[in-house]
Amino acid sequence: MRTPIAYFLLLSAILFALGSMTVLLRRNALRIFMGVELQLNAVNLSLVAFSRMHLELDGQILAFFSMVVAAAEVVVGLAIIVAVVRRTSTTVVDRADVLRG
Amino acid sequence: MPLDNVVFWIFAPLSVATAIGMIAVRNSVHAALFLVVNLFTVAVMFLLLDAPFLFAVQIIVYAGAIMVLFLFVIMLLGVDRGDPVGDRLFGQRTMAAILGVAIVAELGTAIRASIGLATRAPGGFDAANPGGNPAALAEVLFRDYLVPFEVTSILLIVAAVAAMVLALRRSRAVTQRELEAPAGDDLAAYGMAPPGAPASMRAASPRSGSGAPGGPR
Amino acid sequence: MIELIGLAIALPLGAAGVNLLFGNPLWAWTARGTGRGTGQGAGWFATAAMAAAFAVALGALLELLSLPPDERTQVVTVVEWIRAGAVSVSLNLRVDPLSITMALVVTGVGTLIHLHAIGYMGNDPRPARFFGYMNLFCAFMLALVLANDFLLLYLGWEGVGLCSYLLIGFWSERPEAANAAKKAFITTRIGDVLLLLGLFAMWVHFGSFDFDTVLGAEGSLPEIATGTASAISLLLLGGAVGKSAQLPLHVWLPDAMAGPTPVSALIHAATMVTAGVYLVVRSHALFEVSGTALDVVAVVGLAGAIYGGLGSLGQYDMKRALAYSTMSQLGFMFLAAGLGLYPIAISLLVAHAFYKALLFLSSGNVMHGLHDEIDVRRLGGLQRDMPWTTALFAAGALALSGLPPFSGFFTKDSIFELASHDGEVWAYVLGSLAAMLSAWYIARLVFQAFIGRRRYKGHAHEASPVMLAPLVVLAVGALFAGLALASTPEGRLAVFLEPTLGPVSEGHAGPSTGVLIAISVIVTVIGIGIAWRLYRPSQDERWISFPEREPGMAGALGHAFYIDDLYAWVVSNVALRGAAALEWFDRTVIDGAVNGVGRLVRRAAGLAPVWQSGKVRRYALSLLAGAAVLLLFAVVRI
Repeated sequence: MRTPIAYFLLLSAILFALGSMTVLLRRNALRIFMGVELQLNAVNLSLVAFSRMHLELDGQILAFFSMVVAAAEVVVGLAIIVAVVRRTSTTVVDRADVLRG
Repeated sequence: MPLDNVVFWIFAPLSVATAIGMIAVRNSVHAALFLVVNLFTVAVMFLLLDAPFLFAVQIIVYAGAIMVLFLFVIMLLGVDRGDPVGDRLFGQRTMAAILGVAIVAELGTAIRASIGLATRAPGGFDAANPGGNPAALAEVLFRDYLVPFEVTSILLIVAAVAAMVLALRRSRAVTQRELEAPAGDDLAAYGMAPPGAPASMRAASPRSGSGAPGGPR
Repeated sequence: MIELIGLAIALPLGAAGVNLLFGNPLWAWTARGTGRGTGQGAGWFATAAMAAAFAVALGALLELLSLPPDERTQVVTVVEWIRAGAVSVSLNLRVDPLSITMALVVTGVGTLIHLHAIGYMGNDPRPARFFGYMNLFCAFMLALVLANDFLLLYLGWEGVGLCSYLLIGFWSERPEAANAAKKAFITTRIGDVLLLLGLFAMWVHFGSFDFDTVLGAEGSLPEIATGTASAISLLLLGGAVGKSAQLPLHVWLPDAMAGPTPVSALIHAATMVTAGVYLVVRSHALFEVSGTALDVVAVVGLAGAIYGGLGSLGQYDMKRALAYSTMSQLGFMFLAAGLGLYPIAISLLVAHAFYKALLFLSSGNVMHGLHDEIDVRRLGGLQRDMPWTTALFAAGALALSGLPPFSGFFTKDSIFELASHDGEVWAYVLGSLAAMLSAWYIARLVFQAFIGRRRYKGHAHEASPVMLAPLVVLAVGALFAGLALASTPEGRLAVFLEPTLGPVSEGHAGPSTGVLIAISVIVTVIGIGIAWRLYRPSQDERWISFPEREPGMAGALGHAFYIDDLYAWVVSNVALRGAAALEWFDRTVIDGAVNGVGRLVRRAAGLAPVWQSGKVRRYALSLLAGAAVLLLFAVVRI
């Protein structure tokens, strides 16, 4: 394989940053959630890259577990969003600020 | 230029572009579709990194199941729920941009300082994958990581139950009288009193405010 | 049986648990349909537990006797709490001649007192609780005497203090009992704090609580400077003085008689109050290094012996008189220990456990037969209605008075004998004076309460067999324990205790033994003679009207020289005013400072909610900023 590992890691960093910015910038809860998924994927990418670099399978296993947990998280997260929308009839996260100090 | 380099340089820019697209577009469905493409490009990266099993899982689980769930919820809540105009947080965009750049710069520096930009992965990964990547992963997963693996099953069950509990509309118990009511009163059994029903019956209907007004019933 | 010595503690503890947790329903169930109360079940169960503990101790004694004298110190590990590398923290019990003697006294006399209490407390509404506390007390007392380190000893020490509190205040609906319980607890607490300080000092110096480390292994003295040893010993003595009701922490003991009589017999005569003597004797190595501390022990003991004797003379309440007598007898024990005659102190302790328990229980029989009447002015002539009890009380009195060949003679008088041999003339003279007082006050009780004219109304019924049988056993022990344990020139018990306490020094100066015995007998007879002259049946009008004729002297004796009243004055005038001043300081200065800090923090905290906007995206921004900063830190470090 000819592509330097660092490129994959850089791609991972860029995707992570873009995911973070999605979280920070979008106001729609669903869009924010997509950003979170993007972040998770970026991290998975770096895990697989490290696995390749160190010739160990543990990184891939961790990425696999990360996917499983992400699946669980998506299910619960989307259910929460649905519940919140039922209650406040909005998907704008900034409106759900009853916990402000 | 070797083939994997070519593939990388096709899909890496595509990955970044779709991610930017996901942020930028207004329509939620479009954003979700951008994300699907992005997940697919990441799957290709997995393939380049000699992880064919994860490549398959990524496409099936992420691009398939999870994104379908996303689209389903988007449809459920209404496609047109874009970001409202106005009521922005002061300085949020600027700060986000600064932080995004900073994180990429920091991570880039860290990568350069630790493994260097030109380090290529060593060969011989096939030796770490006896019997092919899926078989080798299975070996590790079901031997060294058996207990965590089994624990994830509990996690998934809990998640499924939690989703049901959270998303379930609060309903009340159906009384015997409602069960025995004549067929015409079916609506009453579901808490929707027909227009001509007595007031006491309407009062007995479940909290109608619990649903989102205007939202899909 | 030595390995099983833990059972001696576990059996009473378990029985206490059963009685305290399930006693009422359990014994109500077993007594259903018989018309008996729950007292029988609870009492017999508790007594059986004590008898079993006694059997265990007896078995351990027999096994100990089969070993050669220099192997008679056995350490039994019951539980190992922590084992980490070289550190090992275990629950260790020590079986040696001293501890097994104490354990036998506690279990043996304890069993007899429990047996008596079945009759005495049979009609009490809460027998299960009573016997539960009694068993709990015995378990703690056994932990105290069987401990192999000062920590477990301290645990037992505090435990018996707690049980003493619970049992003095057992009839908590009586204000005087509740107050006496509090007084006992608080007064002994002063001593306990001193003891605790002593243990701290011990830990600082030795880094261990183990007897072998602190007191030096057999034959060797502990490695400690004289000054440090004095400090630790005097602090230990402080604890002993509190527990054993010696001057100046004695005020709780007479009031403690508000508790049930078996409690007075077990805790405040036979066992718990002797814990102080045990502590001094057990740690005699430290006291010997100090020297000064040993002299203090002797002085405290002598003062207590005389003071207790005088105090006893002024009491009309029989139990209070016996309480002062206990103080006096404990004084003799401290005197013996202070003179270095540790085996004699223990012999006296054993004999005293017998005869003082006997005296208390027979006065309990009087109370039981006469609706709690205990004032000698309203007793008299009991020998007709209660012949057994009178004979038993007289036996106890004989044993205490020091007439040969009964146990008081062999144990107490050997103190003066050896004191004179060692040239301690002051101890000999003053001790003999105290011995005369002992004969005087105990003869006084016999003459006033049991013979002569009847001054009570109605019929005093004799106690039931279950209350008399254990007293007969105690009477045999009280009369002949001295003969059995201390009549040979070396003393059998002293020989047995030699591996732990060392040999008794044999001096040669001073008068020969025959002369001393004669003097001692004469002193005792003088005491009894004075009592006969003052309190014989024909004199009862005179001594009953004594307070009117001599109010000053009667008041001084009756109030035991007003020390109690002095304490009350000091507490109400000095201590409470000081406390009020401190309370003001606490409220204005300390609370002011604390509240000021609190107000400051609250003002500052008022600024923080700006951060907590409730906007999730702001939180995410903070989170990411934090991550970026951490990452920056990591990058800079590379």
